[in-house]
Amino acid sequence: MMVTSTFPVLPQTSIQRATQEPNWVRWLLIALAFAFLTLFLFIPLISVFYEAFKKGADVYLAAITDPDALSAIKLTLTVAAIAVPLNLVFGVAAAWAIAKFEFRGKNLLITLIDLPFSVSPVVSGLIYVLVFGLQGWFGSWLAEHDMKIIFAVPGIVLATVFVTVPFIARELIPLMQAQGTEEEEAAVVLGASGWQTFYKVTLPNIKWGLLYGAILCNARAMGEFGAVSVVSGHIRGSTNTMPLHVEILYNEYNFAAAFAVASLLALLALITLVLKTLIEIHNKKNLKERGEK
Amino acid sequence: MITLKQHSILPGFNLALGFTLVYLSLIVLIPLSAAFLRTAELTWPEFWSIVTTPRVVASYRLTFGASLAAATVNVVFGLLVAWVLVRYHFPGKKIVDALVDLPFALPTAVAGIALTALYAGNGWIGQFLEPLGIKVAFTPLGIFVALTFIGLPFVVRTVQPVLEDIETELEEAAATLGANRLQTFMRVIFPVIFPALMTGFALAFARAIGEYGSVIFIAGNMPMVSEITPLLIITKLEQYDYAGATALSVVMLVISFTLLLIINLLQWWSRRRSSKT
Repeated sequence: MMVTSTFPVLPQTSIQRATQEPNWVRWLLIALAFAFLTLFLFIPLISVFYEAFKKGADVYLAAITDPDALSAIKLTLTVAAIAVPLNLVFGVAAAWAIAKFEFRGKNLLITLIDLPFSVSPVVSGLIYVLVFGLQGWFGSWLAEHDMKIIFAVPGIVLATVFVTVPFIARELIPLMQAQGTEEEEAAVVLGASGWQTFYKVTLPNIKWGLLYGAILCNARAMGEFGAVSVVSGHIRGSTNTMPLHVEILYNEYNFAAAFAVASLLALLALITLVLKTLIEIHNKKNLKERGEK
Repeated sequence: MITLKQHSILPGFNLALGFTLVYLSLIVLIPLSAAFLRTAELTWPEFWSIVTTPRVVASYRLTFGASLAAATVNVVFGLLVAWVLVRYHFPGKKIVDALVDLPFALPTAVAGIALTALYAGNGWIGQFLEPLGIKVAFTPLGIFVALTFIGLPFVVRTVQPVLEDIETELEEAAATLGANRLQTFMRVIFPVIFPALMTGFALAFARAIGEYGSVIFIAGNMPMVSEITPLLIITKLEQYDYAGATALSVVMLVISFTLLLIINLLQWWSRRRSSKT
């Protein structure tokens, strides 16, 4: 038992630095952290894939190629394809105003942008029911004009946009604040127009931050459950997103199919984490190279 | 606008700020105000009786209790994980570091069904707890497990950068002055990371209060026993009790905004602390 031994085995380990813990303390802490992470992270993640494939690849394939599942996948992709670009444009506009200019009420604006993060998903959905639902502000007007927002795709898009508003803006604001305004000012002085300055100077500087924010925004947009659940109406094949489809299958005790669809979402989460880590590594390298120059 | 803003030669301020404000108003502010305005249609006694019925009060107690317990566990183990990731080297460290964010990236419904399957009586973990008389799935304990999962990254990610920034000189000074490792940690390191630890706690707690997706599968959802407040809002909505659902959502919003204020103050404190050292 090397781990618990207080007697050094190799000569170099006998010198314990004053700012380091004894070896047995280190290993004990690492083991404790691993035990916690295994219990709360690794096992739940593995179990998703295990449960999905428990009844064999045929059942798995049947579950994810079922027409209702395919329509849920399509809807989830559609919703993300609308919500992410909208919040991308918003994030760039908000970050441009906040990072490149000094104005009063800036801190309040930053707080307002963060607001959706602190609202319960259920409440995020409910507020749209209050505005567009049959009992809501515009409910009777929409009914008269034969338009449906709640219990239809537009409501799902709106609720998703709400919960993902802050992702890209909060990634870009500190990044653009740190970059300052000198480069843009130089471009403007040299005669570049506003859009030219943005495309040729700002955009290349923020593209990695933009991508980072978009990836996180996309993960949340595809995975959102509470807010979407309130406004969706759970109509199979029409207003069911992937997370809602997982719920329906699970509540029907069709566990294998529920976990099969869930495994696609878990895969999305893993891809998100890989891309996120790759961008972080890239950024660190960039920072180092700039430091060396 | 000129008087509100300092002069700059850069173009696009009006367009960018105008778009930001319109977008925020349409997507966030006006819908949020609907909850408050619709609740204002109720009289105060009506509102009060809705938000203080025994079933509702039981749901507050459960939501707060489970969130508090989960955030507390996350403070202890979040600090431990952050410490191990910053200070020690071990194989697979990069992968572990990346996986800490899994609860942010994994859809809550997936987490919910996975945890339920694990902690059910015949599940991987549940089968060992059942003989001991510990039931997790479909009890308040299950809610605690789900909330611990979704709050896990917050403390790690707020403490990690502060730990990375601590100068070893401080610890060396403490050691030369005769402090042992535990004393150095308690007297030198802990005060520096304390504000970040509290911020992480508040973030995890705030997230847990509003959480829905991961909880409803494992909770069992029995009124008065394992029914969280967000679920009660949905239940009222499904019974077409819009006034009740809206009143409860206003209570949740007020709690969220209060927590947001506290978090902002904590972050300000944290920044001041770390810039001083």
